[in-house]
Amino acid sequence: MLRIDIEACIGCGVCEQTCTFGAIKVEEGHAVVGDNCTLCGNCVDACEVGALSIEREERATKGNLADWSGVWVYAEYRHGRTAPVAFELLGVGRKLADERSVKLAAVLLGSNLAGQAEELIAAGADVVYRVDDPSLAHFTDDAYGNVLTDLIREHKPEIVLAGATAIGRSFIPRVATSLATGLTADCTDLAIRAEDGALLQTRPAFGGNIMATIVCPHTRPQIATVRPMVMKPLARDAARQGAIIDVKPAAARMKSRVRVIESVMEEQDQVNLCEADVVVAGGRGLDDAKGFAQIRELADVLGGAVAASRAAVDSGWIGYPHQVGQTGKTVAPKLYIACGISGAIQHLVGMQSSETIIAINKDPNAPIFDVATYGVVGDLFEIVPKLTERMRGRNAR
Amino acid sequence: MKIVVCVKQVPDAKDVRLDPNTNTLARDGVQSIMNPYDRHALEEGVRLKEQYGGTVTVLSMGPPQAGETLREAVACGADEAVLVSDRAFAGADTWATTHTLSQAIKKIGGADLILCGKQAIDGDTAQVGPGIAERLGIPYATYVKKVVTCENGAIRLQRMMDDGYDTVEMDLPALMTVVKEINEPRIPSLKGKMKAKSIAITTLNAADIGADPDQIGLKGSTTQVVRVFTPQVRGERAMLTGTVDEVVAQLVEKLESLL
Ligand SMILES: Cc1cc2nc3c(=O)[nH]c(=O)nc-3n(C[C@H](O)[C@H](O)[C@H](O)COP(=O)(O)OP(=O)(O)OC[C@H]3O[C@@H](n4cnc5c(N)ncnc54)[C@H](O)[C@@H]3O)c2cc1C
Ligand SMILES: Nc1ncnc2c1ncn2[C@@H]1O[C@H](COP(=O)(O)O)[C@@H](O)[C@H]1O
Repeated sequence: MLRIDIEACIGCGVCEQTCTFGAIKVEEGHAVVGDNCTLCGNCVDACEVGALSIEREERATKGNLADWSGVWVYAEYRHGRTAPVAFELLGVGRKLADERSVKLAAVLLGSNLAGQAEELIAAGADVVYRVDDPSLAHFTDDAYGNVLTDLIREHKPEIVLAGATAIGRSFIPRVATSLATGLTADCTDLAIRAEDGALLQTRPAFGGNIMATIVCPHTRPQIATVRPMVMKPLARDAARQGAIIDVKPAAARMKSRVRVIESVMEEQDQVNLCEADVVVAGGRGLDDAKGFAQIRELADVLGGAVAASRAAVDSGWIGYPHQVGQTGKTVAPKLYIACGISGAIQHLVGMQSSETIIAINKDPNAPIFDVATYGVVGDLFEIVPKLTERMRGRNAR
Repeated sequence: MKIVVCVKQVPDAKDVRLDPNTNTLARDGVQSIMNPYDRHALEEGVRLKEQYGGTVTVLSMGPPQAGETLREAVACGADEAVLVSDRAFAGADTWATTHTLSQAIKKIGGADLILCGKQAIDGDTAQVGPGIAERLGIPYATYVKKVVTCENGAIRLQRMMDDGYDTVEMDLPALMTVVKEINEPRIPSLKGKMKAKSIAITTLNAADIGADPDQIGLKGSTTQVVRVFTPQVRGERAMLTGTVDEVVAQLVEKLESLL
């Protein structure tokens, strides 16, 4: 817990200002800590008179951490395709494995997996553990969780990464709970701490208002789910060598208490939002569905995908699959054009890693300009149609 | 059918913005609310009770003021409210939270169906639901957008996937986490509000639920926060100015160099 040395405390209030959680207040001349303190330690660093300290009753370390070695990536495969995030994870996984001087392995689960493992090796894996079995044809938390847990118990990797997708965020918590180890969800940055080789896992919290770096000090493996489109895959190298190990788990471990009745793929847009190079996004500034049509036109002309803020989706101008942000999709295209979007933090977290951001908004103080590479203060109804026209003319040439 | 809904009290993130001067969250006037997804979990629990019979118990781990959120849940149709509260729970990560909540569920006699929100908007981890299910040894489904049926001891539902949805079925007892598409939560009824005022909230501490001291609070957590900081905004940026035509011309130039 946070200890406050009342004698030393001068009641200056620096800690109160530093606390992101509003958990510490100066009352009756000295600092008082509330129940919502997360023990992040920011106030301890900020206190100029050394009146604050964190008393950690250290948890006992389970077993010998040095027994655990290697970096693993869960390579998500569904409906005949390895998810792009698997290749992104192999990109960052390769870096982490090299830094730790250990091997990088991928775990591939599913049915009819011909040719997939080779792609994972070309993308950076030294080893692929493959379980190709009809009982894994459909994703279930039970079967996928059991098989991955057993593999981890047997081979003891120090780090396990999975995509922060519907599947990863569903069954990885079960794996971590079975292994009685920590899990950090939805990471956007991973690094190795120089002193002790621990995995530093950085993720947004409070809808992206703050970032937190998290470690898993006493248990192994260190498990993280990683947000798609944040890490960069390596260039495919067909000459890369690796081992493919076929694993045959006991049938009982591939049985699921959850029965899949049907698996429905919904119509995807012509351009998949998450994989598009150009994204044109519209918000409440479009006024109505008719206004929103201008976004589609510009996107068409640029060969890009259409995205929207939650305000535009909630108004019914476009479907939920197009929503970008905390409760929608995360995109990181080469170019993101935001029209009539204020740039609420919940929207920014879904698009701020785009390479170039163009923002058009009539309010010069709109927070979207804080992240825009090029900002235009003006009326989108004047600018967007003209821009569409000019770009159409250029295409025609 | 005994239904337990896990609800968390969270700070209302809607109006939270970064204060550029102090680089901290401007939290003035930020209120504590029921986690928005948990509202949908509660509504689904109440609807299932109305359709199939049973009781709805709302359960929260948190400081004493989380009792307000539980009362609000009672106003929206819950029959009973349980608060697990103890200084020893402070600093809990999801591992410690799932131990605490699953112990509390055992203490109150278990459940046929447990509902959670998809995730809590403060931590956004989405780990607590699956973690509770695993600790209780029951099946679960995440991202549920529709309950199809709940009959003969089994529940059939639709769960969202990144490329569509799956229809799945599992036997009770089971747990599910819900997305907001599942329903439109009701507003409290007058009768509900009256009940919320008078209801006695069952309050349990660490000893009451038989919590393992090594699995609760900061000490029992598997993860540790080592640094909290504000996100960096990108460096180079330029405002394009001039008449509409001039601005459009500059945009065309930028687009041509980018595409
Ligand atoms: C838990 C939670 C999760 C959320 N998740 C998401 C999410 O995933 N994605 C998301 O987008 N939001 C999300 N939000 C909502 C978010 O907080 C904002 O409310 C939303 O992003 C605002 O959308 P907007 O920018 O389109 O609308 P507004 O904030 O209303 O902004 C409209 C902008 O258009 C400008 N404008 C108006 N007319 C014109 C014109 N003629 N020309 C140029 N500019 C014009 C205005 O100046 C204004 O800046 C979430 C909120 C919460 C609480
Ligand atoms: N302290 C808590 N008390 C009760 N329910 C909780 C608590 N923390 C999380 N939950 C439940 O677990 C869900 C997921 O939370 P999280 O894993 O923190 O994102 C929430 O929507 C709640 O239903």
